This record gives sequence, C-alpha cells and structure tokens, in this order.
Amino acid sequence: MADLSAAQGYQPRLGACPACDAVPLAQRLAERAEALRPAQLILSLPAAHCAICITDVERALTDHLGVRSARVNLTLRRVTVDAPGLTAEDLVPVLARIGYEAHELDPEALAATTADRAGRDLLMRIGVSGFAMMNIMILSVAVWSGAEAATRDLFHWISGAIALPTVAFAGQPFFASAWRSLKARRLGMDVPISLALILASAISVFETAHSGHHAYFDAAVMLSFFLLIGRYLDHRTRAIARSAAAELTALEVPRATRLLDGAEEVVAVAALHPGDLIRVRPGGRIPADGEIIEGTSEIDRALLTGETLPVTAAPGFLLSAGEVNLTGPLTLRVTAAGPDSSLARLTALVEAAENARGRYTSLAERAARGYSPAVHLLAFSSFVGWFWMSGDLRLAVNIAAAVLIITCPCALGLAVPAVATSASGRLFRRGLLIKDGTALERLAEVDTVVFDKTGTLTMGQPRLLDPSVIPPGHGPVARALADASSHPLSRALAEALADIPPAQLEDVVEHPGKGVSARWHGRSVQLGRAEWLDAPEVADGDTLSSWLRIAGKAPLRLDFADRQRPGAAECIARLQADGRRVILLSGDRPAPVAALARQLGITEWHAGVSPAEKADHVARLSEQGERVLMVGDGLNDTAALARAHASISPASALDAARVASDMVLTGQDLGPVAEALQIARQATRRIRENFAISFGYNVVAVPIALVGLATPLIAALAMSISSITVTLNALRLSGKVR
Amino acid sequence: MEILTILIPVSLGLGAAGLLAFIWALKDRQFEDPKGDGQRILSDRWDDHPPQN
Repeated sequence: MADLSAAQGYQPRLGACPACDAVPLAQRLAERAEALRPAQLILSLPAAHCAICITDVERALTDHLGVRSARVNLTLRRVTVDAPGLTAEDLVPVLARIGYEAHELDPEALAATTADRAGRDLLMRIGVSGFAMMNIMILSVAVWSGAEAATRDLFHWISGAIALPTVAFAGQPFFASAWRSLKARRLGMDVPISLALILASAISVFETAHSGHHAYFDAAVMLSFFLLIGRYLDHRTRAIARSAAAELTALEVPRATRLLDGAEEVVAVAALHPGDLIRVRPGGRIPADGEIIEGTSEIDRALLTGETLPVTAAPGFLLSAGEVNLTGPLTLRVTAAGPDSSLARLTALVEAAENARGRYTSLAERAARGYSPAVHLLAFSSFVGWFWMSGDLRLAVNIAAAVLIITCPCALGLAVPAVATSASGRLFRRGLLIKDGTALERLAEVDTVVFDKTGTLTMGQPRLLDPSVIPPGHGPVARALADASSHPLSRALAEALADIPPAQLEDVVEHPGKGVSARWHGRSVQLGRAEWLDAPEVADGDTLSSWLRIAGKAPLRLDFADRQRPGAAECIARLQADGRRVILLSGDRPAPVAALARQLGITEWHAGVSPAEKADHVARLSEQGERVLMVGDGLNDTAALARAHASISPASALDAARVASDMVLTGQDLGPVAEALQIARQATRRIRENFAISFGYNVVAVPIALVGLATPLIAALAMSISSITVTLNALRLSGKVR
Repeated sequence: MEILTILIPVSLGLGAAGLLAFIWALKDRQFEDPKGDGQRILSDRWDDHPPQN
C-alpha cells in the first residue's frame, strides 16, 4: 500500500502523496522479483540487544528445517536468513515462540543500507587520510624540532609526496560539494574548506621548491581527516534514519487478492484498477477504495477516524483504503485506486500543511551562512593588507593560507554531527527513530504537545475490564468462541482468557456483524452483539460490550475498554511537570475522550475533531506563537502531523502518518516521548556550546595568523585540540539525562 | 644521517601495511556490525566447534 512511499524517496516529507509514489515503485517491485535471490530473507528484530539475543535467534533459526544459515546484525537489529523455499511467514512464528518480535523487511528498500557504499567510501577516505596524517606528522615533528636545510627540504618533499595524492583523494567529497554549491551560486561550508585545502597544498609545494621554512602539508591532511570524520558521522546518522524509514515500509506487504473470472490471484496494490473485484479476508486491511458487493462484516476505521467502535458493513457500503475488515470475508468492486484513492484525497491537505510550516533553517545552516563569507573576507583582507604593507606577494599568500587553515571549521564540521550522532543513538536505544535531520532541533523548541487518542494514548485495542464476570465453568467455552473470530472484542477476550484451555466446540460458525455461534456438549453457545442474543441493550455508550449466552442461561455481559498505552500517564505527567501545555484532540465520541483525559490529567481536550479541524487547530496554535509537537497515528492525524513544528508517530501508525512525521516510536511505550524532548534540548545546548568552543579557539588563533605568527605547529595544535574538545563535549550527551 | 635512508622507507612501509590491513578489513565487510561483533565474543556457542560456513 501506501507505505511504499517511504521507500520511494527518503527525503523527509517527500511522501506527502503516498499513493502517487506507489505506482512507479510497484513497477520496480515487479522488476526486481526476478533479480532478487529468493533464498535471502531479512527480518527486523527490534528487541535484540545482547549476546544472548544473537545466540538465541541464530540457534532457533538454524534449527528450523530448511534454514541454511542465519546471521544477526546487532547494529542494524536485523537478521539475514538463507532459507530457500521458506517465507517470512514461516520464520516469524519461530522467533515469536522464543520471545522475539520480528517483521519482514523489504530487501529492495534495504539494499541501500546493507551495501552502504557511501559509508564505506567515506571510511576508506578517513583511513587513507589518517595514514597520511600519521606519517606526515612523524616528519613534521622532526621539522618543528629543528631540522634544517637539506634535511628539512627532504622531509617536506616526502610529506608533499604523501599529502598531495591524499588531499586529491580524501578531499573529493568536499571539492564535489563545493563545486555544486558554487554552481548554485551559494557559499556553503565546503567552499572555504576546499579553498583552504587547495591553497595550503599549493603554497606548500611552492615553499618546498624554494626551500622555505613552513609547509602546511600536515595541516591540509589533518584538515581533511577531521572533516571526514564529521562527514562520516553525519552520513551514519542519516543512514540509520534512512534504514529506519526503510524498515517501516516493510511492516506491511502491499498486496491484494484480485478475482479474475472466478479465480483468485495475488497482485500488487498498484496494479489494481477501478472496476476490479478484490477479496478481503477477515483481519485484512482494505487495499483500495471500493464498494462491497458481497458479504457482511464489521470494519475497524480507527486509523482513519479515530473511532474505537467497529462499524457494520453490508453490500452497497463504501470502504476506504486503510480500514481493516474484521469478521467476514468481503468482495469489493474497486472504485478508486492509486492517485484517485482516499489516501490521495488527504494529499492536498498534507501538502498545504507542509507549505504552511515552511522550511526550517538548522543551526548548522545558520552558522554556515554567517561563517563562510566572514572567513573569505578575513583571508582576503589579510592578503591585501600584507601585500599592501610589505609588497611581498609570497608572504601575503602565506598568511592568507594560514588564516584559511586556522579558521577552517574542523570543530564546526564536527560540532553538529558529533552531537547528532550521540543524541540519535541515545534516542534509538530508547526506541525512537529520527527520520529527519533537523527534527532534533525542532523538537527542542517545542512548548505544546498535542496528542491523538485512539492508537496513540491508547493502544487502539480493547481489553476485558473484569475477567471475573465469567463463571469459572464457562471460561473454556468463552475462550474457544473468542478464538474463532478476529473481531477486536473476541481477540481481547481470548487474550484475557489466555491461561484457560479452550473447550472443544462443534459447528463453530461466525456470523459477520453479529457474532460466533457453536455447539458445546449439545448445547448452543453464542458470543456476540446484544441485539443478536436478545439481550437487554444497555445504552450508556461509554463502554464496548459483548454478550456470552449459553443455552438455558441468561446472557452474560462482558465489558471492554480501550487500554492505555504503557507509559502514557508517566509521559503526560512528565511533560506537564516540565511546564509544557498538553492537549488531547480526538475524532472519537466525547464520553471516552473525557474519560481518558480525566485518567491522564489532561485538562484541555476536544472530541469529534475532523482531520481538517485537527490541522487547523495545530495551525491556530502555531499562529499564537506556540511550537507544537503532534503525536498521532491515524490518517486523520496526517495533516496535523505535517503541519506541526515537530511530529512523532508510533510504529503501529498507518504508513501515511509515519511518512508525515519526523520521528517514529518503535516500541509500545510512550515514555520516550517525554525523554526525547529533554534529550533534544540537551543536544541543542551541546551544539551551541560546540559552536562557542570552536569560535573561542578562532578568537585566540586568528589574530596570531593575521599578524603572521602562525606556524604549521600552531595550526596543527589549534585544529586538533578544538576538534577533540568538541567531540568530547558531544559525547557527554551519551551519559545521564539531567 | 644516512640512517634516514633506511628509517624513512621503513616507517612509510609500516604505515602502508597498516593502511592495507584497514582497506582489506573494510572490503571484507568487517565494519558492518561493530556492535554485534563486540557481543559475539561473549557467546560460547562456537567455542568447541567453529561454524562450518
């Protein structure tokens, strides 16, 4: 389905139109079906974290018949299985049995991350420049400690022989990016870097040829070494975010069962056309908008509207893609697919919301904007000044090069990526994936948090309120009846009675829209709706209920309630304690919304809010100057997620919502949301500190360079000390919060 | 100072050897799962009989 959109382009928020992206992707899906080695399966393991997990998972999988080999990658939390003839559906239960949650991953979407070519390319350049730096430093130490005349020239020549190819190789990422920004008529951070690299190398060759005292080969190589580390960290953070997005796309497999001349065939959702007949099994998600032509069932529309109660559906009823069919098989005639579907209708809303938010300028961009012109101006004026005063071109160029090298943003280049790496690593361990680079900074500014109800503050799954209402003798019957249906209330009942062995039933029949009936020791037993069982209807509307009737006895009422997401109460309490405004916006009826708000201590809540109103509400708050964090999971939240200053959705959310949000919660617990705000604030503070540190070093070192006293030794010291302090400062983040 | 003619090639050679080892490890995909590799030594699964493949 639409989750393809995230695989399509990893650019954050590109997937605003999920359905539009689905078509080309489906073509790619088809093309690669042959190319892919069918034996390789990739499963994600969100819970794996230790040596025992590796052993358990690998052993369980290799012991499974037909598995040739299995290897866990703990860094990426996934396992690659070589099992010809087996599918993920065979292996996921194997892992579930030993207590590991696993999801099938889309190997195409992961191709980019497993063979992370760009990352290895950067590592290679780091290795080469590191090697060169060590060797040149050995020679430079000799020069600094007083090597003279022929020896010094020899050392300079050898350094040059190592440095020039190194700079040419290791500097390529900077040269390429500087060239791109020059062509776009901008002065990025990479322009002064490239200029410094080239100028330092050139002046050093010239000086060496004329037996000069100072050569900056070591500085040039060191510069590229430190900056490459910053570049690599940056790349890794992005790659992890990207692979996170890729994992999420694979949680649902976008297929539909099409009926063609009475025969069923499984096709990609994108291959559906209006007028096609499709079959949807109980428990399956509706793949495209359509009209029911056969079958009755109940439909869970929680993800679209936020309603907890299922809706009864019969022929003639119109369904939208994304709803879940619960009890009976349905045959639909597709009315709209791809770009025309109801998913696409939300697109306009989401796009408008995104435009309204505008583009966020990150701290690094703001720093670079002021920094680049200043550095160029400084270097150029020192050149002009010295040339005018001394008339010595060689001296003037030397000093300009020294200024460029000293001011070069080693520390600036590391300041942001080092913090981002340690912060996102920390959030990842807490179960929060960052999809967007600037999300952390935006999150730090948040002062109002808007929550959706169903699926966000609650699990969107009902729970039996009081299991003791079922007499002990009837437990096994209730369990067996509940097992027969995939209706959420039945599943909740089965879960509540999980410890009780099911009774043996005969003639089990599921009546879509009504319930389940069966025979038990010759007596008729039923589990289902009040009107079907002639039970007294209780019209309090607050609770969900189901009835159990055993022939000869009065029907028994079973009450259910949607359960709170774990950590929700703590999260809200902590947010409020930190002085943030918490608002609850739900599409559900007022009664359950009020009840939940009361339980969680939220004073500001609105029920029955439509998707457009949610987005409007967020927009109004933004106009009042509030920075809104939206936490939501449904299609009805998508526009609000896109409109908000920052947004988070749980992994159980509909793909469109995940695509629209900046961050995704991988676990069930809502607790990390409050923590994320704190980590984000801390990270932003560290970034500012890092800017201050590197600025401080420049304040000390630049005057030295300007008066012409900068030697290669001073340049090397300033560069390495500032880079190391900045990195250490960033690493402090990995420690304790507060 | 003639010793330099030996020492400099030796130091460069040692550095180059280290670089080659790094490049080999990189091409051999030994940096794919740093966290897992760190944890794997704690497992005694293959202590007595190394894996076949």
